[in-house]
Amino acid sequence: MSFIATPQTMHFTEALPLQSGASIRDYHLAYETYGTLNADRSNAVLVCHALNASHHVAGVYEGQDKSEGWWDNMIGPGKSVDTDRFFVIGVNNLGSCFGSTGPMHVHPDTGEVYGADFPVVTVEDWVNAQARLLDRLGIPQLAAVLGGSLGGMQALSWTLQYPERMRYAVVVASAPNLTAENIAFNEVARRAIVTDPDFHGGHFYRHGVVPKRGLRIARMIGHITYLSDDVMNEKFGRSLRAPTLPASRGSLPPEGADPARGGPAPDLRDYLYSTQDIEFQIESYLRYQGDKFSDYFDANTYLLITRALDYFDPARAHGGNLTRALASARAKFLLVSFTTDWRFSPARSREIVKALLDNRRGVSYAEIDAPHGHDAFLLDDARYMGVMRSYFDSIHEELQP
Amino acid sequence: MTETVAMQALARLVPPGSRVLDLGCGDGAMLDYLQRERGCTGYGVEIADANVLACVQRGVQVLQLNLEEGLAMFGDNSFDVVLQIDTLQHLHNAETMLRETARVGRTGVVAFPNFAHWPNRLSILRGRMPVTRRLPYQWYDTPNIRVGTYKDFEVLATKNSLRILESFGLEGGEEVRWLPNARAGTAVFHFERA
Repeated sequence: MSFIATPQTMHFTEALPLQSGASIRDYHLAYETYGTLNADRSNAVLVCHALNASHHVAGVYEGQDKSEGWWDNMIGPGKSVDTDRFFVIGVNNLGSCFGSTGPMHVHPDTGEVYGADFPVVTVEDWVNAQARLLDRLGIPQLAAVLGGSLGGMQALSWTLQYPERMRYAVVVASAPNLTAENIAFNEVARRAIVTDPDFHGGHFYRHGVVPKRGLRIARMIGHITYLSDDVMNEKFGRSLRAPTLPASRGSLPPEGADPARGGPAPDLRDYLYSTQDIEFQIESYLRYQGDKFSDYFDANTYLLITRALDYFDPARAHGGNLTRALASARAKFLLVSFTTDWRFSPARSREIVKALLDNRRGVSYAEIDAPHGHDAFLLDDARYMGVMRSYFDSIHEELQP
Repeated sequence: MTETVAMQALARLVPPGSRVLDLGCGDGAMLDYLQRERGCTGYGVEIADANVLACVQRGVQVLQLNLEEGLAMFGDNSFDVVLQIDTLQHLHNAETMLRETARVGRTGVVAFPNFAHWPNRLSILRGRMPVTRRLPYQWYDTPNIRVGTYKDFEVLATKNSLRILESFGLEGGEEVRWLPNARAGTAVFHFERA
């Protein structure tokens, strides 16, 4: 049982200029904080979230079962990022669907729900919005900015946009930009949503519908890319869905199943010889994940966030030269990657390491041999957690007078 | 070979304030020592998880990389000193890595077990591969895949156009300058590109 977290909201009236040239005003940011800000305001750690996460990073909500924050395994009292030492801030990004101003909120100029008219936001825009939140919280400099995946891109961007505002940057399972293949996956997901007849050009709210079919498929393809081939084979293999099991149980193969042989229960049955029924466990699992996701995630948010991923490329303004792009960074870095992560592969993290070395910046790099693919950054692994804990221990030591 | 005396003998080859790259840095003890005692900065390179963790724990910057994949990440002359302490003998691409060491560092320091140390010779004379405190492994189960001698390294250095600035043996933490090829368990070379 973790500690109780309480979400808060900060309202901002002043317009935030966006990279696109547009701006957004009268917006609010949902955030949570854990631990206590020390007297000299030096122990704050900002946690940036990835695609489908939020400001609810750690702890649980009062009276809500299974409401642990998405990085609750790493952040909390006595954990790797120890909230007895650090003042940890989680903030929901603009355009998200978990509390901060997003496409389902009302546009102050028109009085209508934003929908597809929500301005395109970038990683840089998010960082600017987060910086304003820190201003309001009275935090001049972070002890560290921390993020995984898209959150790692924000952490990296922080060191370039506000080089003096953090001592350390911890960038996990991230990349200096997306590869063509990565953009391609995002585009398939977007097309699934946009071509859903219930999407209505992004204004589905006024029609009282949700493009769930598109969202489901977007999530299914996303989910495939977050896992590794090995872990999928280990979890599901060629197991057939046991017909006796209810659909909601379909997320895992039966106890004691031998994935290579299809598992004991499905062994008892023949193929269904159907093209549309769920035959294999992996299908059942993906459909379950898709259904769950389409119940809570906003379609416009999915488009916005995947676009922010696509656009992020700090080297672009420097002729593609990442070394020159990172020349302005002053923070000391820890980079972590996972060997089986093919969506944000170790090679991409090493590019960042190299650019930092070229600039003679402080950097450590851990390449964790974990089987879980991109998802590994959210999971418990003794080596991963050990490195994170030790690194934050040394940050804490440096903060001592 | 992390004995403090030996470490001090090697640290003497690293000028104070140097920017150091330590290839195969182990638990980071050497870099830690150089940072504290000689005001150096730098990074260690390690592949073993436990060593990477140990480095982070002692505040040594470490990069988890496989040296068999080369040093492409590091620019020419980007370090004052590149260390290879008890690393060379574990590498398949030992010669390439020696050249890479000389490319990346203004100077290089290599230390490795000297196979021509007299107890080893004696063991061979008796017809058996040596198993000693310095070479504690059986021949069929050793990480030391490159067994060479003090003299062999002189030849390899010449072949790769390296100028030896200083060389000596280490035995029991003491420097061995007289007949090091026979009298020292460890060979130490400090070199630069000729």
